[in-house]
Amino acid sequence: MSLASDTAQALTRPAPATAAAGLRDTLHAEWTKLRTAPGTAGLLVAAVALTVAVSAAAAVATRCPAAGCGQDPAKVSLTGVYLGQVVVAVVAVLAISGEYSSGMIRTTLAAMPRRTTVLAAKAVLITGLTLAAGILAIAGSLLAGRLILPGHGFTAAHGFAPLSLADGPVLRAAAGSVLYLALIALLSLGIATAVRDSAVAIGLVLGLLYLFPIVAAVVSDSHVQRHLQQIAPMTAGLDIQATTGLRSLPLSPWAGLGVLAAWAAAALLAGGLVLRLRDA
Amino acid sequence: MTTTTAAPDRAATRTERGSFTDLLHAEWTKFRTVRGWVIGMVVAALVTLLIGLLSAVGSHTSCNGGPCHFLYPVGPGGEAVTDSFYFVHRPLAGNGSITTRVTSLTGLLPTASNGRVHAGQGPQSGMHPGLEPWSKAGLIIKESTRQGSAYAAMMVTGGHGVRMQYDYTQDVPGLPGAVTAASPRWLRLTRTGDTVTGYDSADGRHWTLVGTATLPGLSSTVQAGLFSTSPAYNVTTAQGLLGLSGTGGPTLATGVLDHVSLLGGQPASGWSGTLIGGGPSAASPVQGGGYHQAGGRFTVTGSGDITPDTPGGAGPGQTLDHTLVGAFAGLIAVVVVGTMFITAEYRRDLIRTTFAASPRRGRVLAAKAIVIGSVTFAATLAAAVVAVPLSSRLLRDNGNYLYPVNTLTEVRMVAGTAAMLAVAAVLALAIGALVRRSAIAVTVVIVAIVLPYLISVTNLLPAGADQWLMRLAPAAAFSIQQTIPNYPQAGNVCSVAGGCYPLAPWTGFAVLCAWAAAALGLAVFLVRRRDA
Repeated sequence: MSLASDTAQALTRPAPATAAAGLRDTLHAEWTKLRTAPGTAGLLVAAVALTVAVSAAAAVATRCPAAGCGQDPAKVSLTGVYLGQVVVAVVAVLAISGEYSSGMIRTTLAAMPRRTTVLAAKAVLITGLTLAAGILAIAGSLLAGRLILPGHGFTAAHGFAPLSLADGPVLRAAAGSVLYLALIALLSLGIATAVRDSAVAIGLVLGLLYLFPIVAAVVSDSHVQRHLQQIAPMTAGLDIQATTGLRSLPLSPWAGLGVLAAWAAAALLAGGLVLRLRDA
Repeated sequence: MTTTTAAPDRAATRTERGSFTDLLHAEWTKFRTVRGWVIGMVVAALVTLLIGLLSAVGSHTSCNGGPCHFLYPVGPGGEAVTDSFYFVHRPLAGNGSITTRVTSLTGLLPTASNGRVHAGQGPQSGMHPGLEPWSKAGLIIKESTRQGSAYAAMMVTGGHGVRMQYDYTQDVPGLPGAVTAASPRWLRLTRTGDTVTGYDSADGRHWTLVGTATLPGLSSTVQAGLFSTSPAYNVTTAQGLLGLSGTGGPTLATGVLDHVSLLGGQPASGWSGTLIGGGPSAASPVQGGGYHQAGGRFTVTGSGDITPDTPGGAGPGQTLDHTLVGAFAGLIAVVVVGTMFITAEYRRDLIRTTFAASPRRGRVLAAKAIVIGSVTFAATLAAAVVAVPLSSRLLRDNGNYLYPVNTLTEVRMVAGTAAMLAVAAVLALAIGALVRRSAIAVTVVIVAIVLPYLISVTNLLPAGADQWLMRLAPAAAFSIQQTIPNYPQAGNVCSVAGGCYPLAPWTGFAVLCAWAAAALGLAVFLVRRRDA
C-alpha cells in the first residue's frame, strides 16, 4: 500500500527541487489539514475565551486593601494562562495524534516521506496559531485587569500604576506569556508525536505541568523544593509573569522561560526521533 | 399468531435480566485483554507509590545541622498538642468546685511593620497593647501539671467570648462579648467524678450551664486554679507559587480575676504558680508569665496555648497525607485509562458490536463503570497500603516529625484515596462517553480535579476564592485525605497546603461522587439517544 503510493507519487510528480520547496508544500498540506480538522478553530476560540474569563475572575477576586499588600497586578491579570495552556496543549496534541487515530498519518507520510519536515511544518503552524491566539488571550486578560483592578485597591495611592504595555516588566510578562503558550504547544506536540495516542499524550503533558508544583508543595526540604521549582516546566516558565519580587523567584523570568524552551526542545527531539525510527 | 410474537419477547426479557453478570464479564474481558489499559493501571499504582517515596526521600528536616528531637506533648486522644500556659493552682481532692469573676483581659502583641515583626529581647520590648482572638484567661481543672494531661477549662477570650474547652479538641461557646470592668464574667467549674461541668454568669447569681466534659480516668486529686495564655501572632503573606511565608511572634495575655472560691475536700494549702511548658519552643514560644496576688485579686500573665497542634501552625511537622502525594500522578493515569475504556470503543467501532450484543445501553455504561471503578480501587488501594507505611518510615528517618494519626483515620485516608481515584475513573468514563474524544475528556477531568487543588496549594487565588473552588469542584474529594481535623480554636488559617480542607472528609468525597453521578446520568441519557 505504502509502496504503491510512493511509486505513484514518484511517477506522477517530480521530486521537490529543493528542501525549501518541500517545506512549503508540506506547510501548505499541513495547514489545509489543520484548518479543516473539526475542532481546531473551536478549541483556539475556547483557549482565548477561557484565558480571558479566568484572568478577569482572578482580578475580580483579588483585593489590595492597603499599600504593600504584596500582590503583583500583572501576574493576577494573567492567571487565565493556567487554564488557557491546557486548551492549547489539546490543540497541539490533536494536531498529530488525530492523524494516528484515524490512520491519516500513513497517507501523510506516504505523500511526504521526509518525516522530520512534516513534524517541522506542524510545529511551525501550531506555533503560529498559538501565538495568534495567545496575543488575543493575553491582550484581553491585560485589558480586563486594567479595567477591573483599579476598582479593587490597585490604585496610585497604594503604589500601583495602571497596567500598561509601555511599562517594561508588564511588557515582559505579556510577551513572555504569549511565548509561554507557544512553548507549551510545542512541548505537547513533541510528546504527542512520541506517544501517538491522544489520551496518553495529554495525560503526560498535564502530569509534567501539574505534578512538579504539587510535589514541591509537599517536600519539607527547601533546597529540594527550590530545585523542583527550577526544573518544573510550568513553574519555571511562569516566572516570566512576575513583575514584582523578582529576587524571591527560583529563577529569573527569562531563564525560567528558557527552562520551558529546553523541555519543549527535548520533547520535539524525542518526537522527531521516534517518528523517524518507528513504523507509522 | 399472537403466541409466536409474544414468545421471543419473553425470552429476550428473561435473558436480559440474567445478562448483567454476563455484561460485567464481557467488560472485564475487554479490560484485561487490552494490554495498554492493564499497563496503565499498573503505572497508576506504581507512580502513586514511587512519587510518594521520592517526595519522602526529598524531605529532610535538621536542627542546627543535627537530627531533631521532637518532644511534642500528646493529648488524651493521641493527638499532638500545644500545652503552655501560666497556672496558679492548688490541689483539689475528690469532688468540688471553683468559681471566679474575671474583670479584665489585656495583652501585648509584637510590633510589626512592613510585614516584619521586630523580635524584642525582653517580654515587653518591641510590643504594643492588643489581644489575639484566642488569648485566654480563666479557670482550669487539670489532671496534673504534666503537659498533655487531661483538663477542662472555662475562660474568657480575646475575640470569641466565654468558652468552655476540654481535652484540647473540644470547644463550646458560652456568653458572647468582651470582658470589661463594667461587664465582668463569672465562671465556674464543678467536678463530680469523671465529669467536669462549666457554668458562666454575667452577675454571679444567675448561672447558665455551658458544657459538660467527661474526662475518663481522672485522678481523685487534681490541680484546680486560674490560668492565662496567649497564642503566637502570625502574619501570613501569599507568595504565589512559592507558597506561604509567615512572620510572627509570641504574645502575652493578662487576666484579672477576683472572688476566687474553691469548694472541695482539700485542706487549705496555698496557691502556687507554675509555668506549664516552660522554656521557649518553636511552636509557641513562652517568653514570660507569672502571677500577682493582692487581697482577693489575682493578676495572671501567660503566653502559649492549650490546643491541638495543627500543621497550619509554626511547627515543623508533616501530615500523614503527604505520603500519598503520588495519588495525583496515579489520578492522571487512571483518568487516561478510564477515558480510553470507552473512547477506544468508539474509535475502533467496537461500540456498535457492543450495543448490538446488548441493546440496553445504560446497562453497558453501568457495567463499564463498575469494572473500571473496581479495578482502579483494587490497584490504587494496593499502592496506597504500601506507600503510607514506607513513606512514613522514610520521612521519620529523614528527621521529619509526622503528626500522630489514629488508626481509623489512617484507614479512612488510605481507603478513601483509592475510592476517590475509582470515582475519578468513573467520571472519566462518563465524560469520555459524553464527548467521545479522548484528549478533551482526559483534559476536562484532570483539570477539574487537579487544577483547583494546585491553585489552592500554591495560593494563586485569594484565600476565599480558592476555598470555594475546593468546595464546589470535583477537587473537593481530596478532603478524604485530611488527617488532622480543623480546630477553629487553634486559630490557624485552614490552608490546603497545610492539609486542611474546607469540607469534611466524606462531604468532600460526596461532591466528587455527585459530579460523577451527574456525568454518568447525562452520558446514559445521551448515549441512548445518539447513534453509536
